Amino acid sequence: MNVEPPLQRERAVTIFERSQPGRRAFVAPPLDVPERPLDELIPAALQRPRPARLPEVSEPEIVRHYTRISKRNFDLDSGFYPLGSCTMKHNPRLHERVAALPGNARLHPLQDPRRAQGALELMWRLQEALAEIAGLPHVSLQPSAGSHGELAGVLLTRAYHVDRGEHRTKVLAPDTAHGTNPATVTMAGYELVKLATADDGGVDLDDLRAKVGDDVACLMLTNPNTLGLFDRNIEEIARLVHGVGATLYYDGANLNAVTGISRPGDMGFDIVHFNLHKTFTQPHGGGGPGAGPIAVSDRIEPFLPRPQVVRREPDNGGEPFFDLDFERPKSIGRLRGFQGNYGVFVRSYAYIRSLGADGLREMSEIAVLNANYLLARLREAGVAEYLPVAYDRLCMHEFVLSGAPMKRELRIRTLDLAKRLLDHGFHPPTVYFPLLVDEALLVEPTETETRETLDAFADAIAEILREAAEDPEIARQAPYTTPVRRLDEATAARRPVIRQVL
Amino acid sequence: MSRYTSATDRDREAMLAAIGLGSVEELFAEIPEGVRLRRALDLPPGRSEQEVYAELRDLAARNVSAEDEISFLGAGMYDHYVPALVDALVSRAEFLTPYTPYQPEVSQGTLQAMFEYQTAISELTGLPVSNASVYDGPSGVGAAGYLARLARPDRRRLVVSRGVHPHSRETLVTTAAGWEVEVVEVPLAVGATDADALAAEVDERTAAVFLQQPNFLGAIEDLEPLAAVAREAGAIVVCACDPIALGILRPPGEVGVDVAVGEGQPLGNRLDFGGPSFGFFAATEAYLRRMPGRIAGETTDVEGRRGFVLTLQTREQHIRREKATHNICTAQALNALAGTVYLSWLGKQGIVELGRLMLKRTHYAREALGLERINPGPVVREFAVRVPDLDAFCERARAAGINPGYRLGHDYPEYDDGLLVAITERRSREHIDRLAALVEAKAGVAA
Repeated sequence: MNVEPPLQRERAVTIFERSQPGRRAFVAPPLDVPERPLDELIPAALQRPRPARLPEVSEPEIVRHYTRISKRNFDLDSGFYPLGSCTMKHNPRLHERVAALPGNARLHPLQDPRRAQGALELMWRLQEALAEIAGLPHVSLQPSAGSHGELAGVLLTRAYHVDRGEHRTKVLAPDTAHGTNPATVTMAGYELVKLATADDGGVDLDDLRAKVGDDVACLMLTNPNTLGLFDRNIEEIARLVHGVGATLYYDGANLNAVTGISRPGDMGFDIVHFNLHKTFTQPHGGGGPGAGPIAVSDRIEPFLPRPQVVRREPDNGGEPFFDLDFERPKSIGRLRGFQGNYGVFVRSYAYIRSLGADGLREMSEIAVLNANYLLARLREAGVAEYLPVAYDRLCMHEFVLSGAPMKRELRIRTLDLAKRLLDHGFHPPTVYFPLLVDEALLVEPTETETRETLDAFADAIAEILREAAEDPEIARQAPYTTPVRRLDEATAARRPVIRQVL
Repeated sequence: MSRYTSATDRDREAMLAAIGLGSVEELFAEIPEGVRLRRALDLPPGRSEQEVYAELRDLAARNVSAEDEISFLGAGMYDHYVPALVDALVSRAEFLTPYTPYQPEVSQGTLQAMFEYQTAISELTGLPVSNASVYDGPSGVGAAGYLARLARPDRRRLVVSRGVHPHSRETLVTTAAGWEVEVVEVPLAVGATDADALAAEVDERTAAVFLQQPNFLGAIEDLEPLAAVAREAGAIVVCACDPIALGILRPPGEVGVDVAVGEGQPLGNRLDFGGPSFGFFAATEAYLRRMPGRIAGETTDVEGRRGFVLTLQTREQHIRREKATHNICTAQALNALAGTVYLSWLGKQGIVELGRLMLKRTHYAREALGLERINPGPVVREFAVRVPDLDAFCERARAAGINPGYRLGHDYPEYDDGLLVAITERRSREHIDRLAALVEAKAGVAA
């Protein structure tokens, strides 16, 4: 990263520490109703005895403060961000513009549906598009993130089985799964059963056959999986899971690899979640917002969360209109307030309209091309012997390297490599995930990066390895050029300071 | 070639050659033929930026927003003014485009903002521990339910006031489907939680009690005695709070609440037809290691420089997996940042001034309307009244360019003629008088 040390290296000062009594940014509109003593309106015992100690700062101070601390972030607009599993692709600014239109930004969620037809039609069209992409006919936009979509999916499974009078207690997930999968399983009241991974990186079919039974409610799967590999046995997996009456759940985190090429519904999945913030590009915002809509098959549809956005055809042959349907007696109910993260829907709808059918397919093609190209560059001499690919197959939109030989031969760990990459101006890949690969490095370049960027990244990796061969201490102490250097996370966890003492 | 990719035909050739393949098609050779989509997606072709803009503008123009009418709609989301500096700061690419701060050395901006956010939420709620955000208010109530489920594993009862937002109550029931718990509702008595009914429902089987301040009908609840009943039975006290009202109301942490959650939208976030906004989640020290989601903590780097990191991560799904305190991963960081900037803008005095202005206008409006009150007690920003011939009233209001508020019948059949009217600093006396005139207009016609 191109740093400017005087600004970036200054001691961190919080907005609370900039506070001076009497300063302000807010000026209230004038009181235009009769003045009344406070105690007449709220009993003294229910009033706040002392004001909350919020900062006292002027507008220029606020703008400067947050502008300065923003410069202590690395961001996607500034550089390559190959964070595996997170699909850090370009965020078109058109999306920010259309989301901010007053008809969207100032639309109250409880507005009468007849007076929110534009918003409801947009949601309906997005549902239709996602259904086509998933290869499953019904969509609920409500869940707010991938993990929220997972919870919806597993609760749908529960409702489906309860409706059939079946009691099932277990949910299967591979040992390569995202952490959200097992956490969701427990939250939904099931017992997690882990599936082993076969030598080719896919689900171990023998292990699946041994564990699948009529006590199993669901198998949660990511395909391509978190190793970046497409599970070639997906049809057999679906057959085994459906054979015992369980549902097959698709974690859509990796949909960016196969949009328009292979559809989860056609693979046999019953329930799919999308990460709109990944595949359908939302600014990641430092950790949200996102959205995690779900698509489901006919047999799951009655249980979808409510309300559902529907298109109604009046009996009298009038204009069709869009509505919120609450009359869903078998619905699992709501998972959050209102209709979901509508602002996210606007952005992803704009993206789907911009790309169209061909553009979405090309998106996945280039994502996979970029990943395989970067992998090919990293197979070159001087790199591959230290950072071999964990499973030597064609990868999809991401791939996993193992830093185990690097650690052994060069005496630097994956963490050191990641930190040294910061000095080269790159955000590191995801590290130490998936768990079953020793010293893992999960690399997802996305389709929006140029060949030159991929080359520069591969060159930086090679350079770091060459440097480590001469002096491993350089990487072990890295980074050097960042606003702060390695931080003491152990003390932070042992003696947590999670708010400012005022 | 789409406008968001850069691979020219020459690039593709060179890249495929490096990979050792002859075509892009061969990249997908591992996908079995039986699951390949051998046709184009049935979606319209892509369009230029200007065409997409025009389509989205036309759709947005078909919505009647708070820009187009005088709106008294609230019921969980409120039409507060969002200052220009919030838009400007959260639009900065440095905040907008990174992801979760997994590499703290290059994420100090986001991490420090989280730390400041946690401090501000802790101040507002009077509770020492805040996380960095959950999806929204109602899902925060669900998350508090899960905290109670794990913290009180032997107790199988969740007791919920009917004054809690209907979306929160429903979200809690949905989320709890697999917990083998019973969710019990406590009725309201004249618009506020019925203390006797609550006492009758809370017992040693109760894991948690859920309240809301102000409650859904706008009433300020007297939390202290309600919380005391719950605590006496060993139940966790959860309260959903309005963050702006907390500027003038006694903080939940001072009246016996263990977990305060709430919808953060009023703090510098747009209405956005319901999201994205954020939910806040704060608790007493006892629940520090049971909190859901991200938490930022202060530390130092190897040179002693002050810095911030994600901390206590062993609670979280990516480390603890099936034993995590919650499955949440991506939450609402940017929205929480907007909230932090907004709270700095309001400041220590401003939040009190804003609260008092709302308070006085709300009481003025309630009196000006002169209708029967469902919640006759004190209110801050919203109140519920019975409106004779509500359909006709709403029709008259609409013709006058006014959205009179939220009709309670949808969620409270017992208040089928009920209207929930919300006041923010954007609703002036003139607006209120115009709404009140509609009540009188009816009287005029009747006379």
